[in-house]
Amino acid sequence: MLKDYFKTIFQAIQSLFTGMKLTGYYFTHLKEIQTEEYPDNRATLKMAERFRGEVIMPHNEDNEHRCTGCQACEIACPNGTIKIITKQEVLADGKKKKRIDSFIYHHDLCTLCNLCIVACPSDAIKMGQTFEHSVYDKKLLKKILNKPGSKLMEGVE
Amino acid sequence: MNLLGEDIVNENGEFVINMGPQHPSTHGVLHLKIWLQGETILRVQPHLGYIHRSIEKMSESLSYRNFIFATSRMDYLSAHINNLACALCVEQGLEVEVPERAKVIRLLMAELTRLSSHQLWWGSTGLDLGAVTPFFHAFREREGILEVIEETCGARLTQNYMVPGGVMMDLHPDFQRKTKAILKQVKEKISEYHELLSGNIIFQQRTQGVGYISPEDAVSFGMTGPCARASGVSCDVRKWYPYSGYEGVQFDEILETGGDCYARYQVRMKEMMQSVSIIEQLIDSIPEGEIQAKTKNVLKLPKGEFYQKVETARGELGVYIVSDGAASPYRVKYRSPNFSNLSAMSHMAKGAKIGDLVAIMATMDLIIPDIDR
Amino acid sequence: MFLQFSLSSLARTFHEYLASNIGEGFLLQVLEMVIMGLVLIVFLVLLCFFLGYMERKVAAFMQVRLGPNRVGPKGSMQIVADTIKLLLKEGLTPNSSDKFLFNLAPMIMVITSFLVVAPLAFSSNFQIWDTSIGILYVSSVSSMAVIGILMAGWSSNNKYSLLGAMRSGAQIVSYELSIGLSLISIVILSGSLQMSEIIQSQQNGWWLLKGHFPVWISFVIFIIASTAEINRAPFDLAEAEQELTAGFHTEYSGMKFAMFLLSEYINLFVVSAIAATVFLGGWMPFHIGNFAAFNQVMDYIPGFFWFMGKTMFIIFIIMWFRWTFPRLRVDQLLNLEWKYLLPISMVNTILVTIMAIYGLHF
Repeated sequence: MLKDYFKTIFQAIQSLFTGMKLTGYYFTHLKEIQTEEYPDNRATLKMAERFRGEVIMPHNEDNEHRCTGCQACEIACPNGTIKIITKQEVLADGKKKKRIDSFIYHHDLCTLCNLCIVACPSDAIKMGQTFEHSVYDKKLLKKILNKPGSKLMEGVE
Repeated sequence: MNLLGEDIVNENGEFVINMGPQHPSTHGVLHLKIWLQGETILRVQPHLGYIHRSIEKMSESLSYRNFIFATSRMDYLSAHINNLACALCVEQGLEVEVPERAKVIRLLMAELTRLSSHQLWWGSTGLDLGAVTPFFHAFREREGILEVIEETCGARLTQNYMVPGGVMMDLHPDFQRKTKAILKQVKEKISEYHELLSGNIIFQQRTQGVGYISPEDAVSFGMTGPCARASGVSCDVRKWYPYSGYEGVQFDEILETGGDCYARYQVRMKEMMQSVSIIEQLIDSIPEGEIQAKTKNVLKLPKGEFYQKVETARGELGVYIVSDGAASPYRVKYRSPNFSNLSAMSHMAKGAKIGDLVAIMATMDLIIPDIDR
Repeated sequence: MFLQFSLSSLARTFHEYLASNIGEGFLLQVLEMVIMGLVLIVFLVLLCFFLGYMERKVAAFMQVRLGPNRVGPKGSMQIVADTIKLLLKEGLTPNSSDKFLFNLAPMIMVITSFLVVAPLAFSSNFQIWDTSIGILYVSSVSSMAVIGILMAGWSSNNKYSLLGAMRSGAQIVSYELSIGLSLISIVILSGSLQMSEIIQSQQNGWWLLKGHFPVWISFVIFIIASTAEINRAPFDLAEAEQELTAGFHTEYSGMKFAMFLLSEYINLFVVSAIAATVFLGGWMPFHIGNFAAFNQVMDYIPGFFWFMGKTMFIIFIIMWFRWTFPRLRVDQLLNLEWKYLLPISMVNTILVTIMAIYGLHF
């Protein structure tokens, strides 16, 4: 009876010391610290290459993009994030063709599910790696992805 | 009577407090109404609906490819497994055969998710019981796992990696190497977890014999997952109704007989080791091949009803789709594990102290968005 | 006595300077009291800044984090920034609270904590009030803190606060017994309640070193019970963030909240200082028997540093507890006191008495 009483005390103290040994180890081994000092390490911070931060539309140096305005992404989007406004454009040979007027991307609605990227038949859009999107005005999150004056790349149909 | 002369107890002499919806240990917007006698809990009544986003109704207007993403927002800690359940259910209707490689990738991701989920649970359990340090130690390993997931899937929490017929992207070239590294770390650190918390006398006192639920009660409340297995109810969907290749891997269903908080704790701790062993079995033998089965552009399920259940980190998740042959489901119903587990809370907490209620909530591993959906 | 820094000589010089200017008498006494009070307040507030910083860093290192590192060098000014924030914040008084008691409670907490500092010996002959009943004074005044907690919990008119205050009442009243008994064991050995005499009795060795295992047991019990007495984890049931949001100070904000924080840290300092005085010899340097050279080197370290060093060591241990252990439940807390600590310290008191009678200690 009395033996059990002291045994419980002894075991209790032992179990407490085990925990304290561990925290003591971490207190004395500062190289184990895991903290990433985020705003300071901006220069070296590298996101995973597939990281999904926002939808972007790459343009080449001649200000050309690959979006044909097929609206596959608009259909694939579960949240109505993408809105494509098309226009009729008269080409050099007199033919009329459908081209995009503006590719509207509502970043505030986007869940970054990647379904639009998968749906795009001409690889016109992809996921950007920026993740610092905070703004004071919600309106700033409505973005037009095609740059002003940009054209469809040659050979993309 | 308080200072203003109002009664602080109700007409039956009970002290009523509202725990939540804003409370540090309800892990979200769960609202518990508690009737107390001193510190002893007479009864608990959960109030739900604070984070209801009508995911089921929303899914009715989305196509079969699109409605999967929303399940990530239910049980956000096992998002992969939720997505998997949906994808499997749609595949069941489409009757497509998923390529072997995709199956293995799905399984690997599901187990990594389970591991990370249990790790966060371990940390938050420590936090709920007043030990802050475990929380940070748990996040260290979880971070490594999430980095592996992020590298392949592109997102850390709401991955949306499963598509009907396979997975969205192929594995990252570094996946195997990094997974092995993180598994090694996890195995080392789990013994530290035991040193820091499991063996601690205060922790044991706080959890042993607290929140007991008998196997019969666990079944009648519809409890699943680690909570039910802690009472000795064998209910692992991976064992009983294997899906996506679980029939091919060796693992044990962890059963405890205690039925108390400590048993639930032990089940999850041992499940972590089982997840590690499953991943280790598969990591070196990922078959080559396609990652997606060929599917039509617009998916249409035949008229009928489809049901698929999987084992998430918290229990059995059922996806029930009624199709009328159109391109979007007629009705979707999710049977979420946390909702059923929560129903047992008032039974478990009867006669316990306030501190015990926190321990019960912590070891039940409640995810509130999963309760409300 | 070259380069021998001594607080007592500093105080004496200052006293002589004042006396030569305004003359001995009632005016001088009042002036010295005011100066002493101000010095004490400044010292304790600065000490609390340091303890706050130390706690954050200790917690961070144990949790594989960096801790505060933005404000000032190595984040050392973080606590100053926090204080400024708390000063500028609105101190809300809930509409349905008892406003007088609500505002009085934090004052009582702080006043109680300050009062206990009086008989502490910071250095040799440097003591605010060397009363002959030092230990008795400390243990009786420190138990007044529970009035502040109960007052805060009751007057907030918040159910969580009330529960916290209720818990704290039961906790402090019961742990008072163990603290008393473990202090009594040293009182028996040294034969005095006076702080300065207790320290003098340790001239040839600290009680912890020469007192055998009964004193070790007393020391451990004192540390455990005083952790409970000052409401720190793993005994922070009165606050119990995960259970009662913030317990008795749920409704407090701004400077009123800061006063609770201040009193918590002063209490931490005070109990550690008492442990250091009673068990570790206060400002007495560490000596090894007749090893004269070593002893002389030790003597060159001023008593104040010895005292603070020992105190900080005990504070660190109490912080170590906090960042390792989960919290006890309210019934387990009382079990620990009534089933374990109290019986053990009672038996221990008998052992110490036998030891003192037969002079079995060194």
